[in-house]
Amino acid sequence: MRSNNESNKWLQRFHIDGPLFLGLLTLAVLSLATVYSASGQDLAMTERQLIRIGLAFTAMLVIAQIPLSAVERFSLPLFALGVVLLLGVLLFGESSKGAQRWLNLGVVTIQPSEIMKLAVPMTIAWFLAEHGIPPTKRRMAAAFLLLMVPTLMIAKQPDLGTSILIASSGIFVLFLAGISWRLIIFFAAALGAFVPVLWLFLMHDYQRQRVLTFLDPERDPLGAGYQIIQSKIAIGSGGVEGKGWLQGTQSQLEFLPERHTDFIFSVFSEEFGLVGVIGLLLLYGFVVFRGMIIAMRAQKVYQKLLAGSLTLTFFVYVLVNIGMVSGLLPVVGVPLPLISYGGTSMVTLLAGFGLLMAIATNKRLVMHD
Amino acid sequence: MKHKRVTIRDHHAESALFGRRVFVSLIIVVLAFGVLFTNMYHLQVVDHQSFQTRSNDNRIKVVPLAPNRGLIYDRRGRLLAENRPVMSLEVTPEKVQDLTQTLTELQQLLAIDDETVAEFHESRRRERRFNQIILLDGLTEQQAAKFAVRQHEFPGVSIEARLVRHYPYGEAITHALGYVAKINRNDLNNLREQDKQANYAATRVIGKLGIERYYEELLHGTIGYQQVEVDIHGRNIRTLSVEPPIPGQDLHLELDIELQQFAYDLLGDERGSIILMDPNDGAIRAMVSKPSYDPNWFAQGISYSQYQSLLSSRHSPLLNRSTQGGYPPASTVKPQLAVLGLEQGIITPTTKIWDPGWFQIDGVDHRYRDWLAWGHGWVNVTDAIVESCDTFYYDLALKLGIDSIHDDMVRYGFGARTGIDIAEESSAVMPSRGWKRARFNQPWYAGETVSIGIGQSYWTTTPIQLAVGTAVVVNRGERPVPRLLHAIQEGEVVLPAVVETREPVTLKNPKNWDVVLRALNLTVSSIKGTAHSAFKDATFTSGGKTGTAQVRSIGQEEEYNAEEIDERYRDNAMYVGYAPADNPELVVVIAVENTIGGGGSVAAPMARKLLDFYFEQEQRYAQQ
Repeated sequence: MRSNNESNKWLQRFHIDGPLFLGLLTLAVLSLATVYSASGQDLAMTERQLIRIGLAFTAMLVIAQIPLSAVERFSLPLFALGVVLLLGVLLFGESSKGAQRWLNLGVVTIQPSEIMKLAVPMTIAWFLAEHGIPPTKRRMAAAFLLLMVPTLMIAKQPDLGTSILIASSGIFVLFLAGISWRLIIFFAAALGAFVPVLWLFLMHDYQRQRVLTFLDPERDPLGAGYQIIQSKIAIGSGGVEGKGWLQGTQSQLEFLPERHTDFIFSVFSEEFGLVGVIGLLLLYGFVVFRGMIIAMRAQKVYQKLLAGSLTLTFFVYVLVNIGMVSGLLPVVGVPLPLISYGGTSMVTLLAGFGLLMAIATNKRLVMHD
Repeated sequence: MKHKRVTIRDHHAESALFGRRVFVSLIIVVLAFGVLFTNMYHLQVVDHQSFQTRSNDNRIKVVPLAPNRGLIYDRRGRLLAENRPVMSLEVTPEKVQDLTQTLTELQQLLAIDDETVAEFHESRRRERRFNQIILLDGLTEQQAAKFAVRQHEFPGVSIEARLVRHYPYGEAITHALGYVAKINRNDLNNLREQDKQANYAATRVIGKLGIERYYEELLHGTIGYQQVEVDIHGRNIRTLSVEPPIPGQDLHLELDIELQQFAYDLLGDERGSIILMDPNDGAIRAMVSKPSYDPNWFAQGISYSQYQSLLSSRHSPLLNRSTQGGYPPASTVKPQLAVLGLEQGIITPTTKIWDPGWFQIDGVDHRYRDWLAWGHGWVNVTDAIVESCDTFYYDLALKLGIDSIHDDMVRYGFGARTGIDIAEESSAVMPSRGWKRARFNQPWYAGETVSIGIGQSYWTTTPIQLAVGTAVVVNRGERPVPRLLHAIQEGEVVLPAVVETREPVTLKNPKNWDVVLRALNLTVSSIKGTAHSAFKDATFTSGGKTGTAQVRSIGQEEEYNAEEIDERYRDNAMYVGYAPADNPELVVVIAVENTIGGGGSVAAPMARKLLDFYFEQEQRYAQQ
């Protein structure tokens, strides 16, 4: 067991949580295999995905080295920066596909909503942890207002998927901080009352279309319902054992739209079947459990809240994406975390895992001291 | 107050609270994964079969494969209808972005004229959507190569090689063989009614005339299918399975193309019909109708202007004169009338009448003229056939009466379809009292019966009816059904065609056949015979009867001068004959329309040449 101890020490030094790292690495390998198949065996695309994975893992490892006290201190400034940038997007942002998400800073184009994915849980956790949990009602109300600012700004872009994820990350902090069940029920009711307002005043036409199509895809089988119908055909025709890697006819013959991005789970299910799906769900489950264990073991409340929220947000990613491609949820444009082709969300996600690793390893350092 | 109490941090209470919340979260996570799993189980296990089917529906297209059409041979195995691979440039307008520009560019590239493009637009209107439409047919290799190099610039345009029906003997055989042409809306409706449209899913042409139409079912074959995997753009990825089509059956005809070609050329610029038939079994050796046209026009896709010119021609090239042309039979039916007179005892072989050159009904001024103005003098039934004395038959017909003539002539097949194996046949007219009442609402007049005696008045026959009527005399009563088909071939198996006969003409005294047959032989062999000069020094024995039909009635004192009257009112020259005289192998019928000269001078010499050619040819093949 000496060598085991040796490697543990080595992992400690570089702030790496072994099990979590292993889980994420397995997901990255699956991502490469699935992107290669979904892109029609496009090596160039697979290569780009590999580079992104490399960058994202590097970002994770770099962030894991940051002292947690610094992270805590930078929570609010980061949040403030995010809000300013979001304001910039709303005023001067660049549109694509009917949505303003990007901000061109001259040198680099950035998507401020990605910053918020980390800044919101960090800030809310800092705000609530400062005076201990459970927080007072006033603090909770303040935290809620703090949360609504970026959520509404992003929803306005419009980017429903991200605003849901950001709202969730904040709500998870509130929930983990011990917000009373009575309040939870109250907010749930308020949310229910908010739905008609959302539908009538806040949603864009294409978003309403998505919801209607979700409720009955066969309503428009060649138009808006096409995606979800083809996705369900891909998943269903995969059966128990799947059609085999590179053998999925729905994806290889291009019947499935957006197969390498949001709908990559359908490609995976078609080619690897229910057996593969169970494996993937277990892997995601493992990552979530590991994240929650890290949260439990964290010493400071801020760390507990942040680790818990990041982990649960990751879980929401999985839930929303799989739910939407298999017809349980409306199509809101959330990628399958760590598998879908695409850079921005992967970097943000792994940056979050970088924070988790910092929290995981921070605790042990304290113990060694 | 509360605030102050919280400032004293209770780490254990905080950890416990957080722990409870994590526990609840994990329960929710497990439940949510459970929901996801249940849904996946539903999709991939419970409903797997239906999604599998829908997935296959997406990717698998069934492509029908057209069977190769059966070939048609003549009696000596020469190919009359074949399938030739032809390259054509085809356009699917729905797949072309800018049709006008594409067409302009193709015109420049391949030197396509404006008329061809106009025809393309026309056929586009008739075609179903998303069908390929032929722009340019019969591409040369050079044109094909030119296009192939730049094919990628023309999405929706492609070169297709398909089999096109070709008739190497062209117009000489059109009316008998018929042709195939593009399936039109009418054909589609017919196929649908007969529940055959599935078998024609890949077929572009259908038999429209003659043998090609009559034996369509045998020639067409059975459709095949190919399962191909396609992507979302409809591109073929690979073939999954093939059920090959079953080609149509080959047909062997009784026709002899050499004889047919000879007969066609023999008519020269005349209009009319020639039929050569074996009286023993009705096998047709040649069947010509002139003027004709090239059946390949239809097989390759006839243009509107070409078709209009055929339709509007006053010489009616589309009419099959052999089976649809209603000709007054004139003197060619005298043998049958003579047999009837003998049978009824109205005349005997020796009964003689005096022919002054005309005939009159008692108490009526009108004179029915004999073709010989000064008369034949004393004639018996044999002389009346050999010299073709009209007066004898005016008298005979009047004595027989229209009822007796009608009822007997029907037994020879006059006034009804013969049942030949092509669909284009008319029954012509064997008049009767009832027919005239129905047609004109008039009574029958005795004077009309007189004209019936020389095959005129309302009496019309098709050449094929004359062939059958003559065969009945030659066969002493046996009546064959004329037939073009000799045998059906499917692979190695050869199925002979069914030989049909109709109710024979039976006589109380069969010797009456001999009287008439002897007279027919004398017509060609005796110096007085109307066909004697035509058959002088023939190497074979034969018999025959000339006929010259008036197309328009001539006034009482009018002189007929063929060269002075309108071409359309000139006489028709007719000849029916057979050879050899003792054991006939061949019946010949010749009808030449509106010609200068009659049966003896125009039609009989043609018959002689045909029979000469036939016997020479038989000898030649016998030696081989």
